[in-house]
Amino acid sequence: MNKSQPQPRELLILLAGNPNSGKTSLYNWMAGARQHVGNYPGVTVEKKSAHFQHEGQRIELVDLPGVYSLLAASPEEVIARDEILAGDASVVIQVIDATNLERNLHLTAQLLEMGVPLVYALNMSDEAEANGLTFDLDLLADLLGGPVVPTNGITGAGVQDLLNVALERAADPTPAHGRVPYGYDIENAVRAVAQGFEGDDAVSARRRAIALLDGIPDPHAPPHAVSSAKRAMERLERRGGRPLDVQLAEARYGFALGVATEASRTPAHYVRRDRTMRLDSIFLHRIWGLPIFIGLMWIVFNLVFTLGDPPMRWIESSLFWLRTNIMTVWPDTVAPLFRSLLVDGVISGVGGVISFLPNILLLFLAIAFLEDSGYMARVAFLMDRVMHKMGLHGKSFIPMLIGLGCTVPAIMATRTLENKRDRLTTILVTPFVSCGARLTIYALLIPAFFAPRWRGWVLWGIYLTGILTAVGVARLLRGTLFRGDSAPFVMELPPFRWPTWRSVGIHMWDRAWMYLQKAGTIILAISILLWALGSFPKRTEFTRDYAAEIAATADPEIAEELANLEQAEALEYTAIGRIGKFLEPVIRPLGFDWRVGTALVGAFAAKEVFVAQLGIVFSLGAADESSDSLRETLQREYTPLQGLAMMLFCLLSAPCMATIVVTRRETNSWGWALGMLFGMTFIAWACTFLVYQAGLFILTGSI
Amino acid sequence: MHDRLYRPLSAVSAGSSVRLRDVCAGQKLEARLASLGFVPGATLDVCRNTCHGPLVVQVKGSRLMLGRGMADKMVVE
Repeated sequence: MNKSQPQPRELLILLAGNPNSGKTSLYNWMAGARQHVGNYPGVTVEKKSAHFQHEGQRIELVDLPGVYSLLAASPEEVIARDEILAGDASVVIQVIDATNLERNLHLTAQLLEMGVPLVYALNMSDEAEANGLTFDLDLLADLLGGPVVPTNGITGAGVQDLLNVALERAADPTPAHGRVPYGYDIENAVRAVAQGFEGDDAVSARRRAIALLDGIPDPHAPPHAVSSAKRAMERLERRGGRPLDVQLAEARYGFALGVATEASRTPAHYVRRDRTMRLDSIFLHRIWGLPIFIGLMWIVFNLVFTLGDPPMRWIESSLFWLRTNIMTVWPDTVAPLFRSLLVDGVISGVGGVISFLPNILLLFLAIAFLEDSGYMARVAFLMDRVMHKMGLHGKSFIPMLIGLGCTVPAIMATRTLENKRDRLTTILVTPFVSCGARLTIYALLIPAFFAPRWRGWVLWGIYLTGILTAVGVARLLRGTLFRGDSAPFVMELPPFRWPTWRSVGIHMWDRAWMYLQKAGTIILAISILLWALGSFPKRTEFTRDYAAEIAATADPEIAEELANLEQAEALEYTAIGRIGKFLEPVIRPLGFDWRVGTALVGAFAAKEVFVAQLGIVFSLGAADESSDSLRETLQREYTPLQGLAMMLFCLLSAPCMATIVVTRRETNSWGWALGMLFGMTFIAWACTFLVYQAGLFILTGSI
Repeated sequence: MHDRLYRPLSAVSAGSSVRLRDVCAGQKLEARLASLGFVPGATLDVCRNTCHGPLVVQVKGSRLMLGRGMADKMVVE
């Protein structure tokens, strides 16, 4: 904060703008791969920031949440407003979508009141100019009280310029000049209220006065300012015939329209975004819209499998190679415990999870593509009618779609739902939507039990089952616990844009890194723990003298059989064996044995652990060490019906720990979090029971 | 010239362009709608309005999806 020593100080630059203004793609150009994603303390709004150097100056760049206004009406708006007003920022850059000047300038009108240095990025101005729009940049800069830099979020053009201009602007701490004229009556009221803020300078007094008139609470405001604001509001609302904040918004839109018409020219024949309209007539088609969506999803799941399969096999065969080589080089007479830890615990556990990285990446690629292209919002539109049947509206479908990737951000995404009942219902049903971690389970089991041409269908069917269960449970909740109308809703349908490889790539890299980190930390730790539980206590006394019997027999098949029995007996004696045995009576009707039971316990920590634990339990239990792959073992040990039952149970059962924790945080109640845990486990048990027993009856004719 | 005709937005057929007169929702909702561009006097182009389900309306340069319940509460001319 010492202004006499500006040299080594890191400059804080905030990036503000409307949702869909191209803010995030510009941020990606500036921040590159150096970004860090965290949370704002106390709230679950993502905080994206990056530290880097430009022209020798250290910069911290923060991507504020996209907002339409700074009225502090949503957590995002509160964050954006607070960050701007915190006073640490040297300059605020507003990203303005050039093809949508008027709407974006409404936010500018409020930024101008904040009393901060402003720089404007006129994003996609080249695209707008190609469509016949023209801009008078000098006039625009003049009217908006700050430099305007044309940029392009797709090609990255103008980004270096923008940073140069921002640094220049940061050297001069005077706030942007320019003010919104609110008209005679309101201006009088603003002046009167501003007089109440005696200690403040003129800019800050005006801002706080307008905030009070906008209905934003100001706990530090002097009482006479508050009372004079209250009087002014009553008077002006009577005179204007509508709430004062609406009148203020009108004035800001008036300012925005004024600036837009002054500083840009629209050709008479200009039709905005006719490409978006054409695409909407296809994607939002009354009859074909929904089938197109379902078809797209089907293609996504097929791609995840077919494209992900070869790299998955490469990873698996290199792990197999590694495993066999370690076992040849490291004889089992030397430190056998550590050898087992490395081979059976770490490689079988963590390695098993890592081999599904290609599938996960493809899934996240598809989600990033749907999000960045603007299609996601169309899905909300398409699904509105379906969602109404379950008492929700289309907006609730977006968290569910995000839930395909990971349930945790999906539950955070429910914040966009204003109504508490809608939000709780959506939070409670979102975990039924199968997430990326559960995909690893299907990726292990489906190829083990189903012929290649059925695999895509089975996967698709599982996802559909998850979504249908979510629908059913939502209906149930809306009819019982959360009765009442769903809230009215508004949502922007952003223009269709071809996503850039860069932003999709960054998104995918983020996810890959998170997945690998998870594999390297949580899953590694749990794998070691589960390995230990599966190795101790060691059994010393067996029911039979296996060693003698094996030595006595001449038939190698009987010898192998005996060795496997011995291993199984040893495993049953260990801690994990006891836990599994304890659970067995409960899960036996579902077609699971105690080994699957232990994997299900592990899956509560993270769903991927199910795969890791099956790897560990079967590799510990295998008598000869270079035996079959896990899939072949599973194929031998279980029937396809049991495989299906496992997938069904994993799909519907208790979500992972992270989901429970985030539910607790978002609902602010352990009750809902635990209710979700037990409710889901019960539903999973009941459904799997029905499916398994019915399947058994059909296949064998008896129960 | 015929008289000004007031009706709810939900009754306007797709393809027509209307002017927003008033929104009859709670104060909080009205303010939020206003910040999205639904201010009195704004021109609304109705892009899509089937007999049920949400509407698509173009306002201040953006396409917005609007629940039917919401569109019932908007008076246009």
